[in-house]
Amino acid sequence: MSTVAETSITLTPEHDARPGATVRSRLQDALPKLVLAPSFAATIVFVYGFILWTIYLSFTNSKTFPSYAITGPRAYQRLWRWTFESDPPSSWYTSITNMGIFGFLYISICLALGLFLAILLDQKIRGEGVLRPIYLYPMALSFIVTGVAWKWFLDPGLGLEQTLHQWGWTSFHFDWIKNKDFVIYTVVIAGVWQASGFIMAMFLAGLRGIDGEILKAAQIDGATTFQLYRRIVIPLLRPIFLSALIVLAHLAIKSYDLVVALTSGGPGGSAWLPSNFMYEYTFKRNEMAVGSASAVIMLMTITAIIVPYLYSELREKPR
Amino acid sequence: MSAVATPARQSTGGISARTVNRIVIYGLLALFALFYLMPLFVMLVTSFKTMDEIQNGNMLALPQEPTFAPWIRAWSEVCSGLTCVGMKGYFWNSIKMVVPAVIISTLLGALNGYVLTKWRFRGATLVFGLMLFACFIPFQSVLLPMATILGSLGRFGVKLQNATGLTFGFGNPTVNLVFVHVVYGIGFTTLFFRNYYEAFPNELVKAAQIDGASFFQIFRRIMLPNSLPIIVVTVIYQFTNIWNDFLFASAYAGSGDVMPMTVALNNVVNTSTGVVEYNVNMAAAMIAALPTLLVYVLAGRYFVRGLMAGAVKG
Repeated sequence: MSTVAETSITLTPEHDARPGATVRSRLQDALPKLVLAPSFAATIVFVYGFILWTIYLSFTNSKTFPSYAITGPRAYQRLWRWTFESDPPSSWYTSITNMGIFGFLYISICLALGLFLAILLDQKIRGEGVLRPIYLYPMALSFIVTGVAWKWFLDPGLGLEQTLHQWGWTSFHFDWIKNKDFVIYTVVIAGVWQASGFIMAMFLAGLRGIDGEILKAAQIDGATTFQLYRRIVIPLLRPIFLSALIVLAHLAIKSYDLVVALTSGGPGGSAWLPSNFMYEYTFKRNEMAVGSASAVIMLMTITAIIVPYLYSELREKPR
Repeated sequence: MSAVATPARQSTGGISARTVNRIVIYGLLALFALFYLMPLFVMLVTSFKTMDEIQNGNMLALPQEPTFAPWIRAWSEVCSGLTCVGMKGYFWNSIKMVVPAVIISTLLGALNGYVLTKWRFRGATLVFGLMLFACFIPFQSVLLPMATILGSLGRFGVKLQNATGLTFGFGNPTVNLVFVHVVYGIGFTTLFFRNYYEAFPNELVKAAQIDGASFFQIFRRIMLPNSLPIIVVTVIYQFTNIWNDFLFASAYAGSGDVMPMTVALNNVVNTSTGVVEYNVNMAAAMIAALPTLLVYVLAGRYFVRGLMAGAVKG
């Protein structure tokens, strides 16, 4: 393209001066952007535009159908009031309390179990190639299948409880899935079952990436195995913790399907997460404005977690 | 390798501490393997049992008289609500939705990744950042506007049909879902290809440019033939995600004979007319799980890589 001007008196223009060629080369220059444009435009319209639309709806009085007259932050005021309505609990109170319980337990158990299994698997285990896929396969299943399987497994009349009764442990009692105070913990069990193997794989990849020399040096210095992991290996895995945390937080806030399939919402909606609240209020209870407001709150929560993370990830590699 | 070799210490009892250690480790690993396998195992054996055996037998026992009947019923007879036509129709609905959505989103992702790495322009990082963030939004925040838009597209389709006799796909739930999955999938596919092409030598692209190769020639002749691993990763990731999706499917194709597999399965399991046929439900769940499980068994390595790429950015 660029002809080097050897005389260096007249700078050769970047593009050929002929009019036809100019159009073509302009087109060539614009082509990459034109190729990217539809995807980018779709993102702007269907993601960011729609988010604004949802925010707008949350400030209206929309019930069954959208109405576009702004009526102020009434939906948010209601949610705010419901946030403190604990006796009897409002659906929103139940949803956010469940989110807290589920989010905390799901994330911490997945992290702990994932790290634990990864460390065990990293002890030069025979048959690692068989065990790893066994731990990981639930991630390939849909939440719906996971929910159906665990619903069966935890059903007091058919599953675990019945089996243990048949084996002679007749006092065993486990009806969490039908108990409104405990049903959210069954969602934790099924969620951990599904995602912990994947977290294990992330940690395992991290462990395999650690320089063996550092560990050898520490061992020569007389560090015990426990000290080695606590002081050296686990601190080195910090980036993996962060990534895993982001993945899990993201999965937790989006877990809608699991609650539906496993508990059908639980007795009296006692297993709802905010995502279920949003769906029910928007599509079933004809409270579109309230549903939209709850979606906005979910979005803000995720944004607060994800944006700093993405910002640092994208900045790390300046070009 | 980071495995920390535990130094063998002779204990007084004769069995070395190391041996005890190994037994504990293998025991724990086996225990967890059981935990992960149990639900699948129960689902599988239940789907081959008769109802009699389920009610009177043990959940963990192998079927005494294995029968394929529940699978056949699940495939072609089981009731979802009041329609009793089996899962087969819904299975094909899912296939018809997944295949085009995966192909389109993967192709767009490849092109976007190519532009974002080899034809960088001012603001490319911002564009990518905006597309990337879109992967993480809770879809609840776009669910309602999309429903509204799809509704008006449907009405437009009716008008078109009155005028021309054809809807051109407007208002067709499968087309709608393909569209939705492409729109909300390109963030991830772009991410995959961008990260992959970032490591691809710029010199090759430059050399081809000097030789006069056009934008698309470079993409077709140089980038694509070298992209097989990331194509496999992306296809598997998208296939699994779209096949397993429930939220969009239930919002935009939540009833009638247009439901995809996940919605139909949920309806089947929650259909409470008559005796609940657990064996048939489990067979239906297995049918819904099989495609993604099969992909996992055949290409597990790529599956993990996809998940990792989705998790670890930059």
